Amino acid sequence: MSTTTEVEALLGQRAPRADELIAVLQDIQERFHYLPEEALRAVARRLRVPLTQVFHVATFYNCFSLEPVGTHLVQVCMGTACHVRGAGRVLDRFLRDLKLAEPGTTGDHEFTLRTVRCVGCCALAPVVRVDANTHPHLTQAKVPGLLKKYRPKEKVLEQAAD
Amino acid sequence: MRAQLKSVKDLEAQRAACRQPAQAAKPCLSVCTGSGCSASGAHEVIEALRKSLERAGLQDTVEIKSTGCHGFCEKGPLTLVWPEGVFYNRVAARDAKEIIASLSNGRRPVERLLYQDPATGNRILREDEVPFYARQRRILFGNNGKIDPKLIEDYLRVGGYAALARALTELSGEQVVDWVTRSGLRGRGGAGFPTGRKWALMRAQTRTPKYIICNADEGDPGAFMDRSLLEGNPHSVLEGMLIGAFALGASEGYLYVRAEYPLAVEHLRVAIAQAEECGLLGDNILGSGLSFRLKLVQGAGAFVCGEETALIASIEGRVGEPCQRPPYPVDRGLWGQPTVINNVKTWASVPVIVNRGPEWYAAIGTERSKGTMVFSLVGKINNTGLVEVPMGITLREMIYDIGGGIPNGKKLKAVQIGGPSGGCIPASLIDLPIDYEALTQAGSMMGSGGMVVMDESTCMVDVARYFMEFLEEESCGKCFPCREGTQRLREVLARISQGKGAEADLKLLEDLSWVVRETSLCGLGQTAPNPVLTTLRYFRDEYLAHIRERRCPAKVCKQLITYSIEPTLCDGCHACVHVCSSDAILGDKDAVHTIDAAKCIKCGACLEVCQPKAVLVT
Repeated sequence: MSTTTEVEALLGQRAPRADELIAVLQDIQERFHYLPEEALRAVARRLRVPLTQVFHVATFYNCFSLEPVGTHLVQVCMGTACHVRGAGRVLDRFLRDLKLAEPGTTGDHEFTLRTVRCVGCCALAPVVRVDANTHPHLTQAKVPGLLKKYRPKEKVLEQAAD
Repeated sequence: MRAQLKSVKDLEAQRAACRQPAQAAKPCLSVCTGSGCSASGAHEVIEALRKSLERAGLQDTVEIKSTGCHGFCEKGPLTLVWPEGVFYNRVAARDAKEIIASLSNGRRPVERLLYQDPATGNRILREDEVPFYARQRRILFGNNGKIDPKLIEDYLRVGGYAALARALTELSGEQVVDWVTRSGLRGRGGAGFPTGRKWALMRAQTRTPKYIICNADEGDPGAFMDRSLLEGNPHSVLEGMLIGAFALGASEGYLYVRAEYPLAVEHLRVAIAQAEECGLLGDNILGSGLSFRLKLVQGAGAFVCGEETALIASIEGRVGEPCQRPPYPVDRGLWGQPTVINNVKTWASVPVIVNRGPEWYAAIGTERSKGTMVFSLVGKINNTGLVEVPMGITLREMIYDIGGGIPNGKKLKAVQIGGPSGGCIPASLIDLPIDYEALTQAGSMMGSGGMVVMDESTCMVDVARYFMEFLEEESCGKCFPCREGTQRLREVLARISQGKGAEADLKLLEDLSWVVRETSLCGLGQTAPNPVLTTLRYFRDEYLAHIRERRCPAKVCKQLITYSIEPTLCDGCHACVHVCSSDAILGDKDAVHTIDAAKCIKCGACLEVCQPKAVLVT
């Protein structure tokens, strides 16, 4: 199915009203893990909302991304409890291991690294959420093992050969 | 398929059916599957228990129940054995066999899985005897560990929807508002506005339709009580909203939940669907003539949406930018109609008040802050988790009696209360009774009840910088003082933490804070300077150490510290060399190591792994 048809199908599940804008964008974000430009245009047409407003909403809220994200989404919690228990050092380690200067997507599109403000697991700080899994009590020493778990097997072998 | 409950009599009959003795007496293993315990492996535990039960041929005699959050997430996964109420902590999948064996083995509990009191070394059998729980008063959270949040029958079994029935049959809408007023309940979202007064204003509104909203956009980092309640007992919030709908004449309600809480969203969806199925949502509820519908809306990740006008904008599908108040939402809220917005815990308190009566509720707490408050006790503390206590409890009781003190023999330095809008209360104010007024006087605020404990290794300048960075990112940008002010404040704080500050910066911080506080449009900006002002008020010396001596006393600020290895302690084990990602550690195995300061990126990896504690930070 092409992106446009899929977007149309998602749009068909919601009432074509302006107040459904955020919900519609969340549907699209969930399906594609980002908001493709053609989807934004389709949303504007269908809900009869100016494209500028769609863009406004899409760029205002943190859960939307205009860039495609990697196969795995790594979210490092930077809530207060995680912060005082060393989340900054864990984040730095992810950045170094994924060879990123700042949170973003790796060149091979395997990982997208993001920071989030509190996933509500403060008692287990510092925590990292990879896709739908929450990993408690992270230390920087645990970072390489965690990434290895999510890396496709052949990539791990390649790296070992390097 | 569930039976439609067409009257209060139907409801009571259904409740009686749920309380069938055969059901209650059946042995049961309940495993907490809140977000915390799930992250620690609760689902694997359930799977293993199930397999072990089957192997023992007990699958039909013992029930396995997954429940909501008990609050003691640190010790998860938590598992309870009923009917005895044996409390196991830190249960792993490999323990399943032994737990199941203990069921037939004269039902002797597995000793090593019982909670061990760190003070006495004694094993404790039951949850309510554990010091963490013993001092609590769990009127909102008490049922969390007892019910399966995905079964409305479980909620009915523990007395659910009895308050709704009482309100519909014994009270008028006006009386409900009067009861809420007399209970002294104040908004649990943070500001503490008297709920009864808000409700009376709403009741006086004649325009229809009227809306009620549950604010579950729990954005404060370090607070997770709303998540826990929604995950563990969603019907208590629904029941509160139904009573609110009856009292206030609202026909539609919205639950605005953060998308970062997928499990809470899921449980709410199930709860709404089951309530609809039973006829507890919809038209002519319990034959009373009350019609009420509830819609779940997911937030999209914007802290400012916790502010009520921004939240309304977000429900309407717009960006979450706050508006000038007045008009308050009670006058002009959602779609311009009268609207009441209350926090999750405020709504969940309503059934308690209706069940027990306003006098009972008002007898808990202090003169001006009634009832219980839920705090998330996190950070540098032994027993982390959610704590529900009567208002007026002291910080000392919270931290030492319930929290079990500070780990690793370190000293308490400060407690950050109320999230980014709150402030840091120093250890010297440890006997402060916690209520709305006392916290405000100390320069902090109740906020959502986040309580982050900090010890001597937490840098207060860094904490202030952290919050300002958060607020700068989360400022919606609509009004100038908040947008620019938070940015400038963060820049000054960053400068100080890098050792580039001047003494004049402290005055600048105070002046800027004053402007941001006095001139910002909404609560986000108006309270944004609190972390700066309280740290300046109580920890000025620490700022001065950064400025005058270029020294970070807590050894946190990277630019002001260096790592080295104490030669007399180093045993040459090489562990640090393996983890150093910048090849900064020199020395052969079994020989004393040294750190090349030019290469060291101060990541602290060596410190984490060094067994003989030879890595020094100065």
